[in-house]
Amino acid sequence: MSALSQEAIIEAVKSQFEGKIIAEGGHNGQSYIVIDRDDLIEISKYLKETPELKFDMLSDVTAVDHLLMEVDEIPERYAVVYQLTSFELGHRFRVKVPVPEEDTVVPSLYEVWRAASWGERETHDMYGIEFDGNPDLRRLLMPSDYDGFPLRKDYPLRGRGERDDFQQIRRGEDFDAEDQSTEEQSPHLTT
Amino acid sequence: MSRLKDPEIRQLEQNPEPRVFLTEEEDELGGKRMVLNMGPQHPATHGTLRVVLVTEGERVVEADCEIGYLHTGFEKLGEYMTYTQFITVTDRMNYLSAINNNVGYALACEELLGIEVPERAQVLRVLLCEISRIADHILCCGLQAMDLGAFSAMLWCFEEREKIYDIMELVCGARLTTSYTRIGGLFRDVPEEFDGKVNQLLKGMPGVLDELETMLIGNRIFEDRLHGIGVIKKEEALNWGMSGPIARASGLAYDVRKSRPYSGYENYDFDVPTQTAGDSWARFVQRMAEMRESLKIIQQALAKLKPGPINVENKKMNLPEKADVYQNIESLIHHFKQIMLGHGVQPVRGTEIYTPTEAPNGELGFYIVSDGEMNPYRVRVRPPSIYNYAMFTQLTPGCMISDIVAILSSLNVIAGELDR
Repeated sequence: MSALSQEAIIEAVKSQFEGKIIAEGGHNGQSYIVIDRDDLIEISKYLKETPELKFDMLSDVTAVDHLLMEVDEIPERYAVVYQLTSFELGHRFRVKVPVPEEDTVVPSLYEVWRAASWGERETHDMYGIEFDGNPDLRRLLMPSDYDGFPLRKDYPLRGRGERDDFQQIRRGEDFDAEDQSTEEQSPHLTT
Repeated sequence: MSRLKDPEIRQLEQNPEPRVFLTEEEDELGGKRMVLNMGPQHPATHGTLRVVLVTEGERVVEADCEIGYLHTGFEKLGEYMTYTQFITVTDRMNYLSAINNNVGYALACEELLGIEVPERAQVLRVLLCEISRIADHILCCGLQAMDLGAFSAMLWCFEEREKIYDIMELVCGARLTTSYTRIGGLFRDVPEEFDGKVNQLLKGMPGVLDELETMLIGNRIFEDRLHGIGVIKKEEALNWGMSGPIARASGLAYDVRKSRPYSGYENYDFDVPTQTAGDSWARFVQRMAEMRESLKIIQQALAKLKPGPINVENKKMNLPEKADVYQNIESLIHHFKQIMLGHGVQPVRGTEIYTPTEAPNGELGFYIVSDGEMNPYRVRVRPPSIYNYAMFTQLTPGCMISDIVAILSSLNVIAGELDR
């Protein structure tokens, strides 16, 4: 068996899951399908276990926040993006799952590919998307006591940092150890 | 919402169930079990990683990784920078082989725009990527030896790495943060003495590798501490999404240069060596074998290097010669149109690309989504280290504390690309 073309992969999934493919698209020889989160595990297992597709490797899990760029096929705010690779056959594919803003839960693919473990953790950390079934969904890169999800489009590039927690002393000003009202004194950088 | 809340409330809100390493019952075993905190500052972590170990005497029962100490928000930064500006950020990911990151990112942008760079630029990219791969691998092998007590091997490796960095300095003026690629080509052509320097490297390197092997292979302490330590099976490597020398040391012949050739890798004659054992020793042997393959590629690339342009002809994609910008008005306008706000390369709105390349640590992928503006809508970096390191907690139960050091150095986790 050899590598399939992108059209052949879409065709194979379409024939098996009639009507479950919400949209398809692609650019420069790479295609993707958009599927509903309820069908995610079923379709993933099919992609992994079918001999002619055999996507035995999950290369990456990430997400895109569509707040500032609405696209036709994904009206929801977020889309979780899975990059699939077939080690044996050598083809690649992409699967997108739309996630609405008010209910950011997606089933975890931990049981299908173990690689989802940290990939989902990072996506959770950066976008606040919950992966139902991931055994260890703690924050990965940000501190555990951090609130906010940095890669969301409504999160500013610059904001209050740790140094804003301390009182700032400028030349010519008297240092007042009693005064703890640092909130008014520190210039907040916001964009 | 402010982050400065009452610490007690914050604790309850943020961590409803803080992870308990020792239950009260286990703690009452009279200190039989102990929690040991390795890192974030520890000589064996080569960066800032933290591993929390639960030990019984010298033996590790459970381990937990905490990463993110070097998190700098590169992906967020990318959304606020132009496509060209982000190249400097890619240097800081895997800082031991910055050229590979530059090339990976430039390739992703070129694929998104649908352009192909000229022959000479492709050959130079391959050449420098492989030189950089040797620098990365030789340092990793040296540090692996250093972590197990063979300090002089590390110094030999460092000496060779310095020679490679001299070549980098000659090519682009910087030793570590190269920023050598541009979208559609390269920053500048290599100087005349480049060929001679690379030939010198080609002549000297096999001897150094032989010397290193003579010193370490067969060394009783070195071998005993690596054999059978941190074994990753082939199926596990595939299931956990591992790539690069770590996957190949487990018998998974996965190499992006072969499976999805880029920059003309299909025209080079090289093998993908694999090992079967999948332990720390196999990973050391694997890196040594890969360096020899890289030398083969460098030799072929050097023969292929013919004079020619190094940037695409398309004036809407390339940057003008810097010297010309100061001299004539056309180049100045060209420069302005590429650099100033609201101009520059702007891929079609809604297009996206995922481009994997073979970095020294494994599959380095860039996933870029464009909204038609001059800065990317989303830049996702798929660093090899994060997927290679995710399985670490599964490798540790049952091994000794000193084995943790051996496993960590054989995985070659680079905190810069792990945390981004």
